[in-house]
Amino acid sequence: MLEVVDLECVRGDRRLFTNLSFSLSKGELLYLYGHNGSGKTTLMRAICGLLQPTEGEIRWDGEPIRELSEEYTREVLYIGHKNGIKDDLTALENLRVLSTLDGVHITEEQAWDALKRIGLHGFEDLPTQVLSQGQKRRVALARLLAHQARLWILDEPFTALDKAAVEMLQQVIREHLDRGGMAFLTTHQEVELTAGQVKQLQLGKGGQGCV
Amino acid sequence: MFETFLAIVKRDLILAMRRRSDVLTILFFFVIVVSLFPLGIGPEMNTLRLIAPGVVWVAALLASMLALERLFAIDYADGALEQMLLTPQPLSLLVLGKVTAHWLVTGVPLVLMAPVLGIQYDLSLDGLRVLVITLLLGTPALSLIGAIGAALTLGLRGGGVLVSLLVLPLTIPVLIFGAGAVEATVSGLGGEGHISMLAAILVMALFFAPLAAAAALRVSVE
Repeated sequence: MLEVVDLECVRGDRRLFTNLSFSLSKGELLYLYGHNGSGKTTLMRAICGLLQPTEGEIRWDGEPIRELSEEYTREVLYIGHKNGIKDDLTALENLRVLSTLDGVHITEEQAWDALKRIGLHGFEDLPTQVLSQGQKRRVALARLLAHQARLWILDEPFTALDKAAVEMLQQVIREHLDRGGMAFLTTHQEVELTAGQVKQLQLGKGGQGCV
Repeated sequence: MFETFLAIVKRDLILAMRRRSDVLTILFFFVIVVSLFPLGIGPEMNTLRLIAPGVVWVAALLASMLALERLFAIDYADGALEQMLLTPQPLSLLVLGKVTAHWLVTGVPLVLMAPVLGIQYDLSLDGLRVLVITLLLGTPALSLIGAIGAALTLGLRGGGVLVSLLVLPLTIPVLIFGAGAVEATVSGLGGEGHISMLAAILVMALFFAPLAAAAALRVSVE
């Protein structure tokens, strides 16, 4: 279970949010809303542990994530604006390298299956630089299928994806929630997801709050 | 854990193989610099023999500086570095893997090329042997120390100049002992002492540099 207590983040001289508290437990999905520049990505990076919040604490199963470090990163999968894949590697190589780094052992067959499921059938052996934006995004998202993380942190996962891919990704997230996973995501698109508990969090002008 | 190390080394080697021009630039630079000196100074054997260790070592130092900028920059730009920070692996181990791969593609070619270039300076066989040994010990140390600078200046504009300013003072001992060992051997004094010092620097760098670079990366990515 993830708990955020009285979080405050400052970027530059601007205080993005303050006294932000919420929690996320098994099978729950949290939607993060907010206009551009309201601090959505900052909040996500803080929760990943990439960024040190100015105030407040983030706890995982009751313990501060700073102290858990590697035990925590094992449980978290973050897909940000940048896909984090190498242009000169093929989709297959990218997926396998990333999985090894994540400490997940996947066989070549599993990697092929994951890429097929994510809709990259026939593109597995191409360097990702020749793929389209949407296809590159799919390579990054294929990690969702290979990873055993409990908490998914997805920053605008639907950008560049076509309609079919958006639906497929929703299905993947739904399955993750059904397994007792947690997901935390931002999107500007209207996406309907009605699995498990859905929470909403609004950042920015209209005040903050968990609905 | 060792598996992760190998995975990252392998990944970076594959990437280097697919971007050969980047690697060849470094080697080309080294060859050009070292070869220009005999042409500029003239075929005076005694002078050449005298400057050989210094020239080869300075060229190796500059070549390794040139290569540093790319060490983390590409991974930073495409988000791969961010993902490395989020893996359940010790970051210093990943840094060590990256530096190892970096040295294999930028350092080892210099070491292999050095004896060929040394012939232009009429270095004795003993001199050439010691030159190779010192470069073999010195270039990994240069890559390791440089990694700290590269990590600190990540994402800064004009990072290349800053890296040189930060790292050069730290690499000067490597240069002094490296060139000194060859000189001492050529003049008949024996360079064992210098070589031991180089080895000591390498061991220190192997231990501390990955930790320091990992800490610097965390700050830079934030």
